[in-house]
Amino acid sequence: MFDTLSDRLQTALGGLGRNGRLDEETVTKAMREVRLALLEADVDFEVVKEFVVAVKARALGADVLKGLEPGQHVVKIVHEELTQLMGAGDSKLAFGRPPTVILMTGLQGSGKTTASAKLALLLRRDGKQPALVAADLQRPAAIDQLEQLGRQIQIPVYRGEGTDAVAVSKDGVEWAKANGNDVVIVDTAGRLHVDEELMDELARVRDAVKPLNVLLVLDAMTGQEAVNVAKAFQERVAFDGLVMTKLDGDARGGAALSVKAVTGRPIKLVSIGEKLDQLDWFHPDRMASRILGMGDVLTLIEKAEAAAEEGEQEQMEQRLRAGEFTFDDFLSSYRMLRRMGPLQGVLKMMPGIGKQLDGLDIDEKQMARVEAIVLSMTPHERRVPHLINGPRRRRIAEGSGTSIDEVNKLLQARKQMAKMVKEMGKGKLPGLPPELTRAPRR
Amino acid sequence: MSRTWAELLGDAAGAVDDEERAGFLGRLKESLSKSRRALTEQLVAVAFDPADGESWERLEVALLRADVGVPATAELVARLEARSEIGSLEEALAEEIERLFGEPPTLAVQGEAPRVILVVGVNGTGKTTTIGKLANTLREHGRSVLLGAGDTFRAAAEEQLEIWAERAGADFVGAPAGGDPAAVAYDAVEAGKARDRDVVIVDTAGRLHTQTNLMAELEKVRRVIAGRIEGAPHETLLVVDATTGQNGLQQARLFSAAVGVTGVALTKLDGSAKGGVAVAIAHELGLPVKLVGVGEGLGDLRPFDAHDFARALVSDSDRPRS
Repeated sequence: MFDTLSDRLQTALGGLGRNGRLDEETVTKAMREVRLALLEADVDFEVVKEFVVAVKARALGADVLKGLEPGQHVVKIVHEELTQLMGAGDSKLAFGRPPTVILMTGLQGSGKTTASAKLALLLRRDGKQPALVAADLQRPAAIDQLEQLGRQIQIPVYRGEGTDAVAVSKDGVEWAKANGNDVVIVDTAGRLHVDEELMDELARVRDAVKPLNVLLVLDAMTGQEAVNVAKAFQERVAFDGLVMTKLDGDARGGAALSVKAVTGRPIKLVSIGEKLDQLDWFHPDRMASRILGMGDVLTLIEKAEAAAEEGEQEQMEQRLRAGEFTFDDFLSSYRMLRRMGPLQGVLKMMPGIGKQLDGLDIDEKQMARVEAIVLSMTPHERRVPHLINGPRRRRIAEGSGTSIDEVNKLLQARKQMAKMVKEMGKGKLPGLPPELTRAPRR
Repeated sequence: MSRTWAELLGDAAGAVDDEERAGFLGRLKESLSKSRRALTEQLVAVAFDPADGESWERLEVALLRADVGVPATAELVARLEARSEIGSLEEALAEEIERLFGEPPTLAVQGEAPRVILVVGVNGTGKTTTIGKLANTLREHGRSVLLGAGDTFRAAAEEQLEIWAERAGADFVGAPAGGDPAAVAYDAVEAGKARDRDVVIVDTAGRLHTQTNLMAELEKVRRVIAGRIEGAPHETLLVVDATTGQNGLQQARLFSAAVGVTGVALTKLDGSAKGGVAVAIAHELGLPVKLVGVGEGLGDLRPFDAHDFARALVSDSDRPRS
């Protein structure tokens, strides 16, 4: 299961639509697959229905773009529609006369406390001076949790006492104001949307602290229930936007589409890892790719660009064009990769690769050994690898605390990569699926 | 008749059982009646006609909306179609769902002490809370319990479990934050042996099933436990949030592959979520659900009862049942 929509459509459509036009039969068949794919991604049933009607209308009679299979063209349309639907509305947070209050709400276990700390860190990077208020008085040790997170990122945390969440929230905001913080993030207790009493308490907290932003924190793995949850929170606390959490897993996150479609509230932030700096602003096109199982191509590209320092990228490109690939290049491309985060995460985002990774383990420690080996070479050896003879290999192995065998393997790997690079210089992209080079990029 | 704790634990029936049955059924009904979208609400509105394609479609929709997922829904529909007589659709569907769950399971707490229960799952499903409640119930059923705080990652997780240990009257073995969870598991099992406790429950940090290094860590925890007592952990429970969609299947698949899950604890059933993903898990992986969480209180953990669950899933619980 969890085949990409492209694959499914390819199979379902077979030879249909090859006359260059998406006719009735092709579109009807395609829509059945689209519907299944969206349901498997946990998009709400009603939302799927409406969405499919809209896409069908657009797809019918459309000319298949040159160079695309009919199935790919359908994917392109679906992707665009999804992007448009999820991207409507302002994904930025609102800021007003300080302190700007942000209220974090959601079900138990959706990740509010962690998201609160991550948001504080993100906003400080944007030049703000945030404070956190621990107003989850329900879950045992929730306050300790926020306090410990605050300490890790050096953000002040107001520690509430007693059982009155309204009073604690209010005091916390006053405290932050007195301390000169311009943003206050209030972490509330998780609650079920059907729990009248606690929902009422949340509404009172909101009235007391007058937040400019009420955020609903939603687990990306949420199923059909997402719509009920979002409706209830909208009714009771009129949330302004969504924070999707746990997107570092393999959940398709169809709930994002459902909630947007049903409440009209934009998705503002996405949490993409357990580390505290792994909270990102929302990109609708990436979410669309994810829901469709196309891999997060754009995130990957952006990450790579951010990671490669300027110049480094250019230099590398020149070298590659010349068909060279020394251990210096090896090291810098390797370090670039490291800066992009855990290798597993990076590779998972590549279309077609995510699946192949099942069961394949990338040993981060092994990668560190590779780095050690290269660093044990002299600068000259790195530039002219064929110099590395037997005695040199022994020296490198000893210097890096590895074995000659490992050094040999690395030398072999560099040779292969150099060969690959040469091919790339000739304009060939080895090993990449053809659909990737043709994927719609905007 | 709802399943009792005595049945789940393999104990002789006690006097509290009948009271317990009534209490649980009422409670489950109450919690599920909070939902306005009971599964067959849409079905009952229009009488079911097996000859009518639209009726079947409505049935499919109702199952999909409960997060049962496409493959398990197709299976249930096929089984119903294969029946010569459907009679009450509600009843027939409930029977088929119940059949998917198979024989009622037991929790492996009988045998030479200490019995070890390892609790795993993705972040935020309610592992720690479930352990607290399970410890309390086991204490009520005459077991001495020791809790091991194997979640050394999340800030304040240890404190949270310690509070539950106090509430439940269980022993507690902690660890420094950032410590090795396998070492905690080791300490907990050894302490359980030394103090002659009946059950040792080991908590673990929430982790996404796609995080290979963290799954490897979990395997190590399991290995360490297995190395201390033969046959341990006797039970490896996967905690699944009832609001989870189709990703729940993937969770069950990968956690099973890593640490051999023996049963599921389905939590947060007190919301309006139906927990239909449990049906999908039972259908595709044959994993039994053993426990259900229906609230945050100490007494809000129950033995899973396929009969009740199936009926709650398909019946319009706002209507009084005959």
